Amino acid sequence: MTKESNNEMTGASALVQALEHAGVDVMFGIPGGAILPAYDPIFDSKIRHILVRHEQGAGHAATGYAQATGRVGVCIATSGPGATNLVTPLADAQMDSVPVVAITGQVASGAIGTDAFQEADIRGITMPVTKHNFLVTDPAEIAGAIAQAFHIASTGRPGAVLVDIAKDALQMKTEFSYPKSINLRGYHPIMEPTAESVRDAARLIAESKQPVLYVGGGAIKSNSQKELVKLAELTGAPVVTTLMALGAFPDSHPQHLGMPGMHGTVAAVTALQKADLLITLGARFDDRVTGKLSSFAPNAKIIHADIDPAEIGKNRRADVALIGDLTKSIEALIPAIKAEFKKSQPDLTPWLNTVYGWRNRFPLGYDHPTDGLSPQYVIERIGKISGPDAIYVAGVGQHQMWASQFINYEKPRTWLNSGGLGTMGYAVPAAMGAKVGAPDKVVWAIDGDGCFQMTNQELVTCALNNIPIKVAVINNESLGMVRQWQTLFYNERYSNTQLHSKRIPDFAKLAEAMGCVGLTCESKDHVDRTIAQAMEINDRPVVVDFSVHKDAMVWPMVAAGTSNDEIVNARSLAPIWDSQEL
Amino acid sequence: MSQSHPDSPTSTRSTSKTHTLSVLVENSPGVLARISALFSRRGYNIDSLAVGPTENPDYSKMTIVINVEDHALEQVIAQLDKLINVIDIAQLDPVTSVQRELLLVKVSTDAKTRSQVLETVQLFRAKVVDVAQDAVTIEATGNTEKIQALLRVLEPYGIKELVQSGLVAMSRGLKPGSISEDQK
Repeated sequence: MTKESNNEMTGASALVQALEHAGVDVMFGIPGGAILPAYDPIFDSKIRHILVRHEQGAGHAATGYAQATGRVGVCIATSGPGATNLVTPLADAQMDSVPVVAITGQVASGAIGTDAFQEADIRGITMPVTKHNFLVTDPAEIAGAIAQAFHIASTGRPGAVLVDIAKDALQMKTEFSYPKSINLRGYHPIMEPTAESVRDAARLIAESKQPVLYVGGGAIKSNSQKELVKLAELTGAPVVTTLMALGAFPDSHPQHLGMPGMHGTVAAVTALQKADLLITLGARFDDRVTGKLSSFAPNAKIIHADIDPAEIGKNRRADVALIGDLTKSIEALIPAIKAEFKKSQPDLTPWLNTVYGWRNRFPLGYDHPTDGLSPQYVIERIGKISGPDAIYVAGVGQHQMWASQFINYEKPRTWLNSGGLGTMGYAVPAAMGAKVGAPDKVVWAIDGDGCFQMTNQELVTCALNNIPIKVAVINNESLGMVRQWQTLFYNERYSNTQLHSKRIPDFAKLAEAMGCVGLTCESKDHVDRTIAQAMEINDRPVVVDFSVHKDAMVWPMVAAGTSNDEIVNARSLAPIWDSQEL
Repeated sequence: MSQSHPDSPTSTRSTSKTHTLSVLVENSPGVLARISALFSRRGYNIDSLAVGPTENPDYSKMTIVINVEDHALEQVIAQLDKLINVIDIAQLDPVTSVQRELLLVKVSTDAKTRSQVLETVQLFRAKVVDVAQDAVTIEATGNTEKIQALLRVLEPYGIKELVQSGLVAMSRGLKPGSISEDQK
């Protein structure tokens, strides 16, 4: 050792040093054969490594960490099955534009292509679900690949990047050098919109009598909340925030109409439909927002601000494209709009009266069943008691939609969910990652009994590593959202959606077995008391099994593939409009 | 496969036409897989794809011919541009670019037809590269129209075997911003 120059080290040490240089403070992973050389220097590193129970958990934890903090989340796994278990969380992070770097071991370079033990072509497998990926077989290239991976994951439109490193590259010696700057010939994210596009956008805004600010997840990624509020108040336009954008604009703001889309509010969905201008900010005209695309916002001109040029015109043609970082685009827009407004400012009063009228007439609501607990009530109470500083992490399904509807989000990065990929099982590991990134915050996983049974083993990780998350299992003993579709569209033929999870497993006992506190709640009277009890436990994870009514449904709803004009406020109950409104 | 969202108001098949893209990419493993995976995943049909070295060993040039409507073409270019290994994309107009395909075709001949076939070869400025008793093998280069025209003429004699390269193309004259310019 003493004879080597200071900078000579194994590829594995170069990897760990590169991660330290990249500013990594925590990573989630599981060792195995091909990645084993890297785990030796990890043992001595200041980077906290959290040993998870399944690689999928590592990937979602990295995602939750990244979504809660805005920093790059890191996960690490071995070759073959370790790597393929990361595919779902990588696809999930990529769909929601979350900066995640995954590091995987690969079989030794000489064995690549021979169907060696635990060999999988993870670079090939993850090509369509990552922003970029690398296969490194030369130890001298490890540090550079890591630096590039972090650069690519965190700049422009963030995304998932995988670095696959052959085992022999980890074992061989190399000179360590971490690049001071990254210059990739084929990668130059556009940060600022052109002056011309800003002026055109400002003109459209000054001409519009029925504008809506359609805000997407880009507003969270770009930390645009302050600028967004300024823009909203300058224009006076009503605001809708998509599932990925909840918290980007305060729910309590008087111009907020709620969430658009399949389970959005009547006011938000209808305002988009009737608008003459959509000021689209970091949103991507996802099918869950637009419904049937050809009938979406038929009379609206489109301003589309996005950092990804490929989003412009992908689903809906834009009249003006503002390509660049969203905060910068809004900052550029504000003075341009002020200049236009000096010439003429439209009177939005009739439009605002109409949309706020819809908001008053068609608020979100739910029933209390006579023979069971209302899931919406449980979720609403968790939000009220835990407040706007807590972080809420949902799985996928009915509970996710209720958590989006009945918790008030005032701040960015307080609502984490799997919006694009819709990954059941996301909540527990993502909540774990969020709590690691924001240890001083209360972190609630709002999960379904179906989702919870996919990834709950990470509660063991939480219990052993002092990550005291709180989990509310909204237990309707079924795959609730699928069941809702069976109720509505399949003549109540409940094929394979009954999970029997009020009988098996016993969630409270399961929680106790995993080192958590397990609580149960079956009646409305006990809801507040149980939540308060969970809030008091901070030395261990808590799991509350809320036994709720299985027939509760998510409303409003726009059935898949139909027009947003056909929004149904409650079962068979379409909103009744005044004739002059339409 | 359709190249745009079926619901899209801009989706009209009638305007689709052939476009030639010249794509400069890093010469690194997996780049071809990335490009073909992108086309497959997004549902864009490739008419032809040719890839080869450039004057700079760090880069390869792909010539991709696709048949899509103008709106979808913008998407194809934008999506290609997102690939980290893609450095530059140019859309080549047939008028201002040189476009060539290579054709090898084995045509049945006998004593009677051989001279007619050879005459055709001369007319098209093609070459005979192999002669057998019952066939000649012809090599031809040219743009798509020329190659198609040659094949139409040869078809009645009986085509025994045919292989064709993808189109390769470059713009005429010195293209500003091209890779050779950058390196000066």
